[in-house]
Amino acid sequence: MSNTEMFKDRNISEDYFLLDIEDYPTTPWEKFKRVVKRSFKGELFVGLWVVLREMIKFDIHTIQYPEEKLPIGPRYRAVHEMKRLWESGTERCIGCGLCEKICISNCIRMETRYDENQRKEVGEYSINLGRCIFCGYCAEVCPELAITHGGEYENASEQREHFILYEDMLTPIDDVLNKKQREFQGFGAITPHEDERLKKTPLAY
Amino acid sequence: MSKITITIDGKEVETQAGEYVLNAARANNIFIPAICYLTRCSPTLACRICLVEADGKQVYACNAKAKEGMNIVTTTENIEKERRAIMEVYDVNHPLQCGVCDQSGECELQNYTLEMGVDSQHYAIKDVPRPAKDWDHLHYDPGLCIVCERCVTACKDMIGDTSLKTVPRGSDPLDPQYKESMPKDAYAMWNKLNKSIIGLTSGGDMLDCTKCGECAAVCPVGALVDTHYIYTTNAWECEQIPATCGHCSAGCQIYYDVKHTSIESDEPKIYRVTNEWNYVSLCGAGRYGFDYQNKVEGKDEEAFSKAVEAFKKADTISFTSTITNEEALILQRLKEKYGYKLINEEARSFQKFLKDYSEISGQSLWGSDLEEVHHSDFVVSVGMAIKSDNPNARYALNNSMKMNKGAGLYFHPVKDPVIEGLGKNIVSIYHKPLQEEAVLYLLLDLFGDKEKLPKEIVEYLASFHSKVMETKKEVVKKKVTETVKVKKVDEESGEEIEVEEEKTKMVNETIEKEVEVDKNALFDIVGVPAKFSETLEKLLKKKEKFALMVGPDFYTHPNSKNLARLTALIEKYSPFKLVIVPPLTNSLGVALINELDEEKGSFTIGYNTKGDFTLSALGDGDLDMPAINQQEGTLTSVNKRVNPTNQAVPYRGYELNDIANALGLEAELTVDYTKELPVEKGFESKDFDELPNYWENDGTEVRGYVLNNMTVESKGDESVKPFGEETLEGQLIYLANPVRQFTPFTHKTTNLDEKSGLYISEEYLQKSDFNEGDSVRITTDSGELTTTVVCDNKIAGDIFVLPTFDKNLNSEALFSGYRFNRASIEKV
Ligand code: SF4
Ligand code: SF4
Ligand code: SF4
Ligand code: SF4
Ligand code: SF4
Ligand code: FES
Repeated sequence: MSNTEMFKDRNISEDYFLLDIEDYPTTPWEKFKRVVKRSFKGELFVGLWVVLREMIKFDIHTIQYPEEKLPIGPRYRAVHEMKRLWESGTERCIGCGLCEKICISNCIRMETRYDENQRKEVGEYSINLGRCIFCGYCAEVCPELAITHGGEYENASEQREHFILYEDMLTPIDDVLNKKQREFQGFGAITPHEDERLKKTPLAY
Repeated sequence: MSKITITIDGKEVETQAGEYVLNAARANNIFIPAICYLTRCSPTLACRICLVEADGKQVYACNAKAKEGMNIVTTTENIEKERRAIMEVYDVNHPLQCGVCDQSGECELQNYTLEMGVDSQHYAIKDVPRPAKDWDHLHYDPGLCIVCERCVTACKDMIGDTSLKTVPRGSDPLDPQYKESMPKDAYAMWNKLNKSIIGLTSGGDMLDCTKCGECAAVCPVGALVDTHYIYTTNAWECEQIPATCGHCSAGCQIYYDVKHTSIESDEPKIYRVTNEWNYVSLCGAGRYGFDYQNKVEGKDEEAFSKAVEAFKKADTISFTSTITNEEALILQRLKEKYGYKLINEEARSFQKFLKDYSEISGQSLWGSDLEEVHHSDFVVSVGMAIKSDNPNARYALNNSMKMNKGAGLYFHPVKDPVIEGLGKNIVSIYHKPLQEEAVLYLLLDLFGDKEKLPKEIVEYLASFHSKVMETKKEVVKKKVTETVKVKKVDEESGEEIEVEEEKTKMVNETIEKEVEVDKNALFDIVGVPAKFSETLEKLLKKKEKFALMVGPDFYTHPNSKNLARLTALIEKYSPFKLVIVPPLTNSLGVALINELDEEKGSFTIGYNTKGDFTLSALGDGDLDMPAINQQEGTLTSVNKRVNPTNQAVPYRGYELNDIANALGLEAELTVDYTKELPVEKGFESKDFDELPNYWENDGTEVRGYVLNNMTVESKGDESVKPFGEETLEGQLIYLANPVRQFTPFTHKTTNLDEKSGLYISEEYLQKSDFNEGDSVRITTDSGELTTTVVCDNKIAGDIFVLPTFDKNLNSEALFSGYRFNRASIEKV
């Protein structure tokens, strides 16, 4: 098989080329030679010099975390959020359990019950972030656009088992009433041409 | 029935003549969509989705009977159109609420909507308000109901309460243009569906039934749901543990649906009980009484060593029949090793009854089972309060009548409106207590083969017959001729004239005649209703398969030996197939495995019953034991089946096996004893893990194994004693439970809320000065107790009922064996 033949059927651009990679050393002597070559080639000092130079010039390109933070894209999949309905502020989650079912690391667990208004109420809801792999499946499956990912990625904790509860994730009621809630645009969000795909049901009213 | 061959979609399949095409297909793993049909019940033709083509003609698979050589095609272009239209109709105004629906994931509407590829809707009608109803243990949401009538059918054809029916929906009529534009069957089905929803037969607001929950189990959608289950979990989150119900001897197949308790606790919890409702129907105890486990945090070493000490000291083990076969065998091994006396009165009387029965029948066990009762067309029940002693026996009685145009006789002293409500063809005969022998003699007289029966018995039976003259009114037809004036139009003149005409007509005339009739004194003794001979003659028309069920009243009867022998004679010399209903969950297993003793020794270990040292799965003893839902093991049922059951919730304490091991027996697990169950008693030497627990698609039960009915040497002595005249008069009490209660285990569960006390029929309370809630003292020759009056509309008549499910009541103390006793009752 020639070098690019395996890619023939792939829809790849013409600009792709294969790197010219040296053969791996096999004998100990060759390996030793490679180490010596790499160590004394001087690249190390080139790198050190650049750092030193930039330090003196105070021309710093890295982000000054935690003082500075990069903006997070609207589709970034970090710690989950539970959204509310815009108009009423009621919680969107209906307790259908699809997120619990689809979660491939099995880290969502919930408790539901029959409430006084004869509705299904979500009593407890938790995501074990120690196990969550932020795959976005829960956000995708949610029929209510209730659970979504958010931009919060700072979740250091002393315990792997640290999990978040419903209240931690839920948009604060004031935020939604002041229109500060942001819709998630990533996995599971409504796609632009959704209206065209709808079929209408006849009504007899 | 003869075997025939039909062709379904080009595949030749063998089936019985007269079997429904749908069942024939299912038995051969051929899929035909069907919603409203319930196996073992009558077809209702509500859904019409089971359309198939038989020899070129469209028929409904669920009610078309297979004929030799029939050629079935399961889909044609037209049928596909019909099915799609039917599914669209079902989706009209159906709320899009799968997300919060308890049926989601196991919903037949979801499944068939997907199966038929319904992705658009063509039909519409204005919806009418359909408010949800709270029916006690059930929740009905008509908004989700597709009016398949499965609930109605199950309740009528299987359970027998007939508590549900269709009621008017109050909807507008369908748009007339649909009649033209829609596929024919879909229109007809919609037309019917649009007119009804489900309501209560009683017309009231509250469901008053025997609370089995079978209707909710068969509901294909989320319309009927068990109240305790609403919104507690999604079906798919639960693991289904195949098991056997541990509450009565029916040994129903169940699944415990188990999931973690909460987000904090991983401890498995039972969320509900489900069943293979096509093949087995549960009662309320099995369905709702599931959380009776004995929660034990860990091994209590101190209590355990005390228990071992106590066993070393004891000479008696007293126990109940709510234990597995394996535990029974452990007790038997302990007896063999250390000479313990084993005390279990209820199982001992049953064991003795079986032994007496075997002496004539020559078999260790009865010949038939409840499955056969379902297929009989004349069923007799004697000696049990059938609806509470063994709910499945009642279902079999009802089902045989409804499905096979059957009939039956129900003999019992306690009046039972539920049995009376099963239908006119089951005649209740309320005989006096202690007269059960007379009933059996009556059966022998009516059905026994007089040629073959021992001569003395034939003579004895003949002694009850006498010839008497009776004036009988008879209606005869008589011809009378009379002259009448009629008005006629004269053809020529056109005028009306009067002419005289002779007319003959037949008139009925009643004449009185003296006739010689055969009078059967047994009729009066047993107390049959008026005109019994005529009724019986009607009931017996075209009947071929006879079944007799006898129950626990017999085993503790003072003349139980005679009853056992009479029962055996009926089985032997009449067309009746026999079922003997064991008194408690595993009484049969215990009766086969254990050698039971009569007299207690000086120091008793009680297992689930009080002793000097008590082991208890109820959590109230000196050492905890696992309850049936926390154990692996086998239970022996009325169907003579050894059914496996599994652990649903964990148990962390000591088991009987641990004690046995400490005492020198050797087995790692309790179920190691499964293969050692006594083969000479009919058990098989099979490993627990080999035992299956399922049904085939054709309805064949593949659960555990059936006990071998062993041949018992009989001495050829078939003599029976005449019955005595003794009965009980005065105020009577009867030892029986309300439906859904059996033992302290059912009493312990959250969902079964029956009150303990003296059950008096509503009818009686109305005419007496007792009131519900009154405190009463009951005194009999054996003892006395004080309790409160409970009003019960599921019994009638004057006999009061005392339950056994409440161990604090200690009702057994008022009886000396026999389930009836005379009592004086006074308000305190
Ligand atoms: S999928 Fe959405 S609506 Fe359903 S339980 Fe999860 S968060 Fe709630
Ligand atoms: S009944 Fe079935 S289709 Fe209807 S809401 Fe419930 S799950 Fe969905
Ligand atoms: S309640 Fe359920 S079983 Fe009864 S008719 Fe409605 S859908 Fe069918
Ligand atoms: S619970 Fe049982 S008895 Fe009651 S309505 Fe349902 S099927 Fe009938
Ligand atoms: S109590 Fe008896 S009839 Fe009821 S479900 Fe259990 S085994 Fe079946
Ligand atoms: S299953 Fe045959 S009509 Fe419904």
